[in-house]
Amino acid sequence: MSVLIPHSILEASEILAQHPAATILNGGTDLMVEVNFNHRRPDSIVLLRNIAELRDWSTDAASGTITIGAGLPYAAIEKGEIARLVPALAQAARTVGSPQIRAAGTMGGNLGTCSPAGDTLPVLSALEAIVHLQSIEGARSVPFADFMVGPKRNSRQPNEVITAVTLPITEQRQGYSKVGVRNAMVISVASACFAIVNDTPRFAMGSVGPTILRAREAEAYLASAASNLNDITEEIAHEFGRIAASESRPIDDHRSTATYRKHAIGVLATRLALKGI
Amino acid sequence: MSAVKTKRDVLGTSSLRPDGNAKVKGDFAFTSDLHAENMLWGATLRSPHPHARIISIDTSAAIKIAGVECIITSDDVPGQLTYGLISSDQPVFAKDVVRYMGEPIAAVAADHPETCRRALAAITVEYELLPVLFNAEDAIGDAFQAIHPDGNVIRRQQIIHGDTSVEGDVIVEGHYVIGMQDQAFLGTESAMALPDPDGQGVEVFVATQWLHEDQKQMAACLNLPPEKIRLVLGGVGGAFGAREDISLQVHTALLALRTSRPVKMQYGREESFFGHVHRHPATVWMRHHATAEGKIVKIEARFVFDGGAYASTSSAVLINGVTHTQGPYKCPAAVVDGYSVRTNNPPCGAMRGFGVVQACFAHEGQMDKLAAAIGTDPVTIRLLNAMETGDTLITGQPVESVAPVARLIRETNEIPLPPALSLDANELDLPGGSGITAERKHIKRGIGWGVSIKNIMYSEGFDDYSTAKCTLSDGKVVLKFATSEVGQGFVTLAPQIARSVLGVTDAICDTIDTQIGSAGSTSASRQTWMSGGAVDGACRLVRERLFEHIGAQNNIDPIRFAIEDDEIVDTAGTFRISVIEASQGITISETFEHHHRATEDLDENGQGNCHVAFAFVAHRAVVDVDPELGLVKVVQIATAQDVGQVLNPLSVLGQIEGGIAQGLGLAVMEEIIVQEGRVRNPSFTDYLLPTALDAPVVVARMIEEYEPQAPLGAKGVGEPPCISVTPAIVAAIRDAIGKDIDRCPVRPQDICL
Ligand SMILES: Cc1cc2nc3c(=O)[nH]c(=O)nc-3n(C[C@H](O)[C@H](O)[C@H](O)COP(=O)(O)OP(=O)(O)OC[C@H]3O[C@@H](n4cnc5c(N)ncnc54)[C@H](O)[C@@H]3O)c2cc1C
Repeated sequence: MSVLIPHSILEASEILAQHPAATILNGGTDLMVEVNFNHRRPDSIVLLRNIAELRDWSTDAASGTITIGAGLPYAAIEKGEIARLVPALAQAARTVGSPQIRAAGTMGGNLGTCSPAGDTLPVLSALEAIVHLQSIEGARSVPFADFMVGPKRNSRQPNEVITAVTLPITEQRQGYSKVGVRNAMVISVASACFAIVNDTPRFAMGSVGPTILRAREAEAYLASAASNLNDITEEIAHEFGRIAASESRPIDDHRSTATYRKHAIGVLATRLALKGI
Repeated sequence: MSAVKTKRDVLGTSSLRPDGNAKVKGDFAFTSDLHAENMLWGATLRSPHPHARIISIDTSAAIKIAGVECIITSDDVPGQLTYGLISSDQPVFAKDVVRYMGEPIAAVAADHPETCRRALAAITVEYELLPVLFNAEDAIGDAFQAIHPDGNVIRRQQIIHGDTSVEGDVIVEGHYVIGMQDQAFLGTESAMALPDPDGQGVEVFVATQWLHEDQKQMAACLNLPPEKIRLVLGGVGGAFGAREDISLQVHTALLALRTSRPVKMQYGREESFFGHVHRHPATVWMRHHATAEGKIVKIEARFVFDGGAYASTSSAVLINGVTHTQGPYKCPAAVVDGYSVRTNNPPCGAMRGFGVVQACFAHEGQMDKLAAAIGTDPVTIRLLNAMETGDTLITGQPVESVAPVARLIRETNEIPLPPALSLDANELDLPGGSGITAERKHIKRGIGWGVSIKNIMYSEGFDDYSTAKCTLSDGKVVLKFATSEVGQGFVTLAPQIARSVLGVTDAICDTIDTQIGSAGSTSASRQTWMSGGAVDGACRLVRERLFEHIGAQNNIDPIRFAIEDDEIVDTAGTFRISVIEASQGITISETFEHHHRATEDLDENGQGNCHVAFAFVAHRAVVDVDPELGLVKVVQIATAQDVGQVLNPLSVLGQIEGGIAQGLGLAVMEEIIVQEGRVRNPSFTDYLLPTALDAPVVVARMIEEYEPQAPLGAKGVGEPPCISVTPAIVAAIRDAIGKDIDRCPVRPQDICL
């Protein structure tokens, strides 16, 4: 097995062009678990950790966006300036694993794995984030909805590096919640992000379908039922939750039941819609 | 005489663990850290099916892989083909049939763990699938054909006691379900075997709870005299009952003997879930009869313990369950029926609390139902029925132990409740924790109680004695015993005993191995009592000899001597001499065996003095619940525990806090999920253990009432903390949401759907 250690995105894309079968490693908090369980046996590894550019982040006043490098660990997202600008993303980052995992794990890895339980993904879905990819052939920007195409499946090409994610900065309410059977360090059995972007409600759901699901009907209901999104009645919020739950498509597994997941999504939707009013 | 004495870590002080620093720094060598020159690695091939006939095993491709030295199956076992703690019913390797998912079929030794993995993948086993017996009730009666020559019922025991015709003014009834808990020790199974040059013996470093029992079972399977199998305790990373049974001991030793090379085996986390027994899942039905004021007059009960594929300690777990039906309460009459059965589920055996956890979950649920039925509160009903020394159990056995049940309840009740949840409570402290699923207004608080009685030491006529040797030379003491140190702290306590009895400062423990008599198992809350008694006895014999020696030298009748701090003093004169000086140039060595008083078998009506002694504890839980999402945060556990005498306050507190965390796990999250014989969550990703955000504040009172039966006045403190805390937490959840919950662990859907 070889480990290749590029120092720039350009170098990484050159390496990937030469070794299309190589496996990208960032924090390793997903990949090394897979390797330990013998689910994956990479022949060659491209380690991204020495690429400083992947840990940059910046804002763009003109477009009102923030762009966060795919290699920035959760520990740098969950607090500080980024947390102030995209609070829902910070809340999602804070729920990931333990301090050790958050010191190593990255959004690039969350996107690379693309599990329906990935904690940052509902936020990227609700905020309609743009995922940036780079290969020797050039750069590509993909809306999150087109990036995640199935459970643990995305539209990244083998020779592409996920370089960054761009999200809108809004002054409006947003929040993330995750239900797990333990108070920390747990895989979600249901998770949700609620955000108001340009006075429009958005609601994305994790762990209740093969991909992150947007509750389009619930969003439309809320947009029409509430004239002011900062003055939502309990009644409207409950109806919003009911519709969102009906749009979820959970399954039974050893972590939970479909019935509970559906119920929990409804509760989260109602609570998030009311939170901070 | 010097005025300032150096502080000596005698009994009663919080002497620190000798291995504490090394463990915290990561320097401590656990068994899995061991290495020997020229060592091979061993690995186990396991059945993917819960019940199947083995048609053929083909190892021909695997043995050809470069680096593979040896592959063994049942055909290679030189002695007895089975082992077991109580009955020898578990194959070293499955031969014709596999009876649970994960049952060993073959083992390989190779130059590298990766070679082992490839070799295992290259072994082909042909199976014919058989119907899976996964429902414990189906194992009773003729519904299912026997899945083992010994039958599907491992043991049945009834208890018929007192006037069984009596009926209560008030009757309450409940069905309770207890899930399968894992001991989840952090250091997985591990052993290293070094064959003797002549091939006629083997030295094995192993993480175990009972060296001599392993030695006995290994000797039978390996067809060697026990003394040819020298066991040494390797560093143990926790046990909780899961290291009582044989796991990889025979496999490792046999691979070493066959290859004439050192062999190490070590399970990963996933394999560990298949490599040891678990806590018995159980269903318990109880019906309590009481007077109008709430005094229990009769209890009817039925227990079914699912023992899984092999017997392990199921029969003893059953006895603990049924004989603790009444809990720490007076009860004049009982009709109890109990079964331990065999299924194709994972084998179950010892785990902290050993059958009493299941009984306690049911009887404490019943006490709350009784309180509700007569319109009183959980504390009053428990005080009204509290057991006392001198009471007779439903087995007819008198309770001779100190039994301060009422005091434990009162003292727990006196511990202040935690402050109410403030309006600006930190989101992380609410149920849901870091998932921030709730706000203060969604949360309801509840309070619940649990009180328990636990037998300590082994029961039913078993003489689980312990042996220790004390050697005094030049003021230094060396203690030798085979007591497994699994984290409970005997290596801290034993030197404390020597310092107290002999007045020395310098006391150390020798290697823990089989070069001395058995110490019995580190289980059943027994080592402080049993091995503590053995060390105390050996030290006292040495003290007598030292007194004789000094008496002869100074012409004083040794009967007049006593140890005062670090000196020998003449209690009837002025002579005194430091122990260091007195033992200069001599060596005194004595061995002592401590036996507890004899116990009896139960008769067919479950009558008999089957237990040695009892310890008691009370728990009060305060929990915050999010009723809509079904999430829980345990806020505080208040507890008063009957400890006899506190020999090391820090050690006792460690047991209390750790036991509470383990009991909390069973209350709200820890469960091995088995579907039709298949384990669904054999990993720490999905088998959830409490984290720091789940752990409650623990406020503990140690209730000291000297236990006259115990050598040091001290009762075992290991198991009680984890027993009644589970029902206390579940009761608090019921209290918060006003809904009946009859199972543990409580899942979110049990609360909100
Ligand atoms: C104990 C533990 C707890 C966890 N808890 C959570 C949790 O609560 N919530 C959660 O969402 N996840 C959790 N995880 C999973 C994991 O931490 C996250 O998915 C994390 O985001 C992965 O990031 P990483 O940098 O470690 O990825 P890696 O393991 O390095 O990579 C993951 C995958 O993404 C690919 N990849 C990584 N970076 C890039 C890139 N820049 N371009 C292209 N492909 C890339 C890799 O090839 C690999 O397939 C947990 C993991 C562990 C071990």
